[in-house]
Amino acid sequence: MKASAFAYARATSVAHALELLATHGERAKVLSGGQSLMPAMNLRLISPELVVDIGELDELRGIAVKQGVLTIGALTRHVDLLKSAEVNTHVPLLAQAVAHVAHPAIRNRGTIGGSLAHADPASELPACMVTLGATIITRGLGGERRIAASAFFTGIYETVLSPQELLVAVELPAAPTHSRHFFHEFARRHGDYAIVGLAAQAVVNGGQFADIRLGFFAVGERPLLAKSANRLIDVVITPAVLSEASSLLGEELDPLEDQQATAAMRRHLAKVLLARGVSSLLSRPDLGVGAAA
Amino acid sequence: MTSAVTISLDVNGERIEADVPPRLNLLDFLREHLKLTGTHVGCEHGVCGACTVRVNGEIVRSCLMLAVQTQDSSVETIEGLSDSGEIADLQVAFRARNALQCGFCTPGMLMAAQDLLKQSSQPDREQIREHLSGNYCRCTGYQAIVDAIEITARARTGHQP
Repeated sequence: MKASAFAYARATSVAHALELLATHGERAKVLSGGQSLMPAMNLRLISPELVVDIGELDELRGIAVKQGVLTIGALTRHVDLLKSAEVNTHVPLLAQAVAHVAHPAIRNRGTIGGSLAHADPASELPACMVTLGATIITRGLGGERRIAASAFFTGIYETVLSPQELLVAVELPAAPTHSRHFFHEFARRHGDYAIVGLAAQAVVNGGQFADIRLGFFAVGERPLLAKSANRLIDVVITPAVLSEASSLLGEELDPLEDQQATAAMRRHLAKVLLARGVSSLLSRPDLGVGAAA
Repeated sequence: MTSAVTISLDVNGERIEADVPPRLNLLDFLREHLKLTGTHVGCEHGVCGACTVRVNGEIVRSCLMLAVQTQDSSVETIEGLSDSGEIADLQVAFRARNALQCGFCTPGMLMAAQDLLKQSSQPDREQIREHLSGNYCRCTGYQAIVDAIEITARARTGHQP
């Protein structure tokens, strides 16, 4: 289908975009890369009266590293993340995850800010933000807000971003030295939305987890930072410990059912990813063996 | 408020000026306004890849881009790539390997394939499949398409097919 008719405004500055959003509020939609907004408009899931195109705001584009913090502008495209030496060095989890975001033609247009503001529960980047402890920076006429990623996503396509605000950047702490990461998702086709996925980062010390953060996606209405990961910290990981963490994970999850998978299938696949992730992060192939059980 | 916007862009090297309604996507602009019908309308929500074109040298979904967003851009369609001879060898290989049957996906496939070969001169079959993952073909089963791209890559780097 085609999008229904709307008015179009090309923002010339962040201030201009904020004025337009302040005036039009919920009747307006921000167009960044358009790779989620355009399908939703073509399918007539949404019909904004005004589209505010922020595509020419170069001030919102780019990646900078300063004092152990990586700042990524909202308009930075997936392809830019994929090719960035800074991202690869300082947040390798994100570099690996971006390769799973859709397909080359979509990564050439889609932006990190657009993906996070869209907040699809099956998309990779929101989960990465939660795992990496990102801060999401928004701006409105009233000023700037700094929001922890864990508090940013509130539901399916829902965030704490108000219709008058613009997501302008994200800040990511550089991965600690000696940290390890694991990313995997189950999807029907490479690049499609995940059936279940896991973005994990850990610090391993003497064969044990000094820290482990497990961000699951497509297992509920928003990305989930698994509390059951705490069960794995500072203990020798045995199959029994892993099995206990797996049971706790199952209780934490509240997966949705859709045409791709039942809730039970998603819960099962999340447990498979837990076992594979732990096995990979600790370089202990023995722990992944029973993963399918 | 939904009035037309004047845009100016290059399409296959030719300067185009047009007044377009904001809701018009690039795909329909190319097909309906410029009569460049080689770019195909498939799913209209970014899944099938049939509408793949190049904007400023990079492949994009023309169904997921508004015509008004192409202001000052350089757009290249399958007609442009075909007429310039840029993909002549790829087209011959597609034909030789039976990498198309109904042909609906072929313009998008050629766009994606040429994009890969510009970035990677000797992709393996897995890389070829990954780069084409956003392009559906419902006839061939992909095997022949991967074959055609593989032999074109070899021929371009001077290897015997």
